[in-house]
Amino acid sequence: MTPHCRYVLRLADTNLVLAQRLGEWVGHAPALEEDLGLANVALDLLGQARLLLTHAGELEGRGRTEDEFAYLREESEYLNLTLVEQPNGDFGDTITRQFLFDAWQLDLYENLSLSKDVKLAAIAAKGAREAAYHLRYSSGWLIRLGDGTSESHARVERSIARLWPYTNELFDADEVDREVLAASIGPDPATLGKNWSRRVDAVLVKATLARPAPAKFGWYGKQGRHSEHLGYLLAELQSLHRAHPGATW
Amino acid sequence: MNNRHEWPLYEIFIRAKSGLDHKHVGSLHATDARMAIEHARDLYTRRQEGVSIWAVRSADIVASDPAEADALFEPARDKVYRHPTFYDIPEEVKTL
Repeated sequence: MTPHCRYVLRLADTNLVLAQRLGEWVGHAPALEEDLGLANVALDLLGQARLLLTHAGELEGRGRTEDEFAYLREESEYLNLTLVEQPNGDFGDTITRQFLFDAWQLDLYENLSLSKDVKLAAIAAKGAREAAYHLRYSSGWLIRLGDGTSESHARVERSIARLWPYTNELFDADEVDREVLAASIGPDPATLGKNWSRRVDAVLVKATLARPAPAKFGWYGKQGRHSEHLGYLLAELQSLHRAHPGATW
Repeated sequence: MNNRHEWPLYEIFIRAKSGLDHKHVGSLHATDARMAIEHARDLYTRRQEGVSIWAVRSADIVASDPAEADALFEPARDKVYRHPTFYDIPEEVKTL
């Protein structure tokens, strides 16, 4: 598989896994209105994941469909960021994870809309509008919780501390990132990191939350080495297909 | 969230397209104005129903009293001459 194809698959898997996580909130969110809000974000991400998986199949050239990628790959073949497979936790954990992700994805998509891969550029241009809304939603909530009651402040403070180490992976360029950068297909993760920091810091100030110290260790979900949580998520995501191969409705 | 009932109620108005007026579509709960717009976007415009949203705190709406309906509205009933039904409307006028 070419670095180009692996790169697209990373984006696709990251969206797919996060959509699945957000879907777990349906029926459980703190309010009916939030139920729909989170589900809408999930559906946006899932829609992008479908386009990206299909595109990865075309790049690979072996005739694999979006469903074959989603339902017939093992955990180690999934290339999503480790951040998005982390459990939902409480509502504050979910909002924090979403915010850290959205702040990254918006810049990523704006950069990718200029990619030499015109198909990827088109998917990113459409996705950027959705990501801008997601960031508005998640940053609004983070500010509300951080600058809210002492209880909500303490809880999202813990969420930020817990999830912060996973953000290293977003900007830690490996061979695949360097190859797509050299081919003008993907942006420079270091540049994304600077923009991300600016966005995140501005919201953290409004939320009266301190920026955690940089974490020393890294995660490598994008290379197929995952935390212990992804296996369970995939078991659920793939269960229907395992019971009824090729099922449609 | 135990204090769910403390979220104020907002009335939501959606404008379907430019040039039309905002129509009342329903109500929802939100903690503040920004959240009301976001919830309205997610609840009421997910099928491209609108291009503009108004949110108004339900408590800020002043309503007529149903018990006074007779006094307020009955007197208009027998005054047909107030209806502009005696004009011929040109065919070119579509949205009147």
